[in-house]
Amino acid sequence: MDLNNIIVLAIIVTSLATFSSRFLGAITSEKVSVRSKVFQWFNYVAYSTLAALLGRMIIFPAGVLAASDLIVRLIVLIICIAIFIFFKKNLALPTIFSAILLSLLTYLV
Amino acid sequence: MINQKVFFQGLKSLKGSRSPAIPLAACFIALGALLKDAGFNLQQSAASSLFTYALPGQLVMAESLLVGASLINIFLAVWLVNFRLYPMTVSLFPLLKHKSQPKWKYYLSCHFLAVSSWLIAKDTYKKINIKHRIDFWIGIGIGTWTTAVTTTILGYLAADYLNKDVMIGLAIVNPVYFFCMMIGAMNNLKMIISVVGGVLLGPIFFIISAEWAILYAGLIAGTVAYIAGGKNGFK
Repeated sequence: MDLNNIIVLAIIVTSLATFSSRFLGAITSEKVSVRSKVFQWFNYVAYSTLAALLGRMIIFPAGVLAASDLIVRLIVLIICIAIFIFFKKNLALPTIFSAILLSLLTYLV
Repeated sequence: MINQKVFFQGLKSLKGSRSPAIPLAACFIALGALLKDAGFNLQQSAASSLFTYALPGQLVMAESLLVGASLINIFLAVWLVNFRLYPMTVSLFPLLKHKSQPKWKYYLSCHFLAVSSWLIAKDTYKKINIKHRIDFWIGIGIGTWTTAVTTTILGYLAADYLNKDVMIGLAIVNPVYFFCMMIGAMNNLKMIISVVGGVLLGPIFFIISAEWAILYAGLIAGTVAYIAGGKNGFK
């Protein structure tokens, strides 16, 4: 099989694997009440799962981010969180600054 | 049908200082460039974001292809990394549910569920009348999804002009944005346990099992937060 066909199949497989979780979630939601304990539990599991993904993205990143140093990524993250808190939870400043700072530090290190 | 006023309110959440548009654009530009490096053509790169629209899964797919993984392995790896979308959907869609709304809206719009759209919806749903929340969600989803697809194309086309340092800089934007959003949501003890626990357990479990790390960490930290935090405040 040539590379083009493999890529197309990989996109289909990836899309199905992703949509199945979303669709299953939509089906389950029909039976879940906002006031139920199950909903609360799902809420915390969702936040924790997302937090776990973020922790992994910073400590063990995939893609181009893996080419930067862990200590540099941590420094950038801590500075940007401090900016976020200091500037009354403005999201634009820390996100833009993070790109500039990490590019600069990676270039210098 | 869709309430246009509420739909555009959702779409407008891409504007302003809390907008997910910039971090979303940054990471999908980096993804577009990465997919070009992995041997994808322009149409394939756009299709990947159009039909998958979940960055970690797309990264896993690209990296799996590069190491010659089988399609079954790619399916399992992507399913595991993207299974987080299941609890995320269950923790959002009941908030958007109204008996007057047709089911197809929920079944189709679940495709828009990604971290950025989820965080924005969780942050703002209370401002919208429950009857039209699903239309608000579709507005958010169309906005973030379109941003992801167009910036993937942009990243693909700009790949030759982006050096490695710039690409690395773009790739950190999304995690930083998500971290800030999560910290903003930490408004009670349960949320603090949930977020801090997840951040700590995710990398620890990754050392033990790369595939199952996120699910195990989320399940354990989320359950501990649910049990330990007492009765007060859920969002």
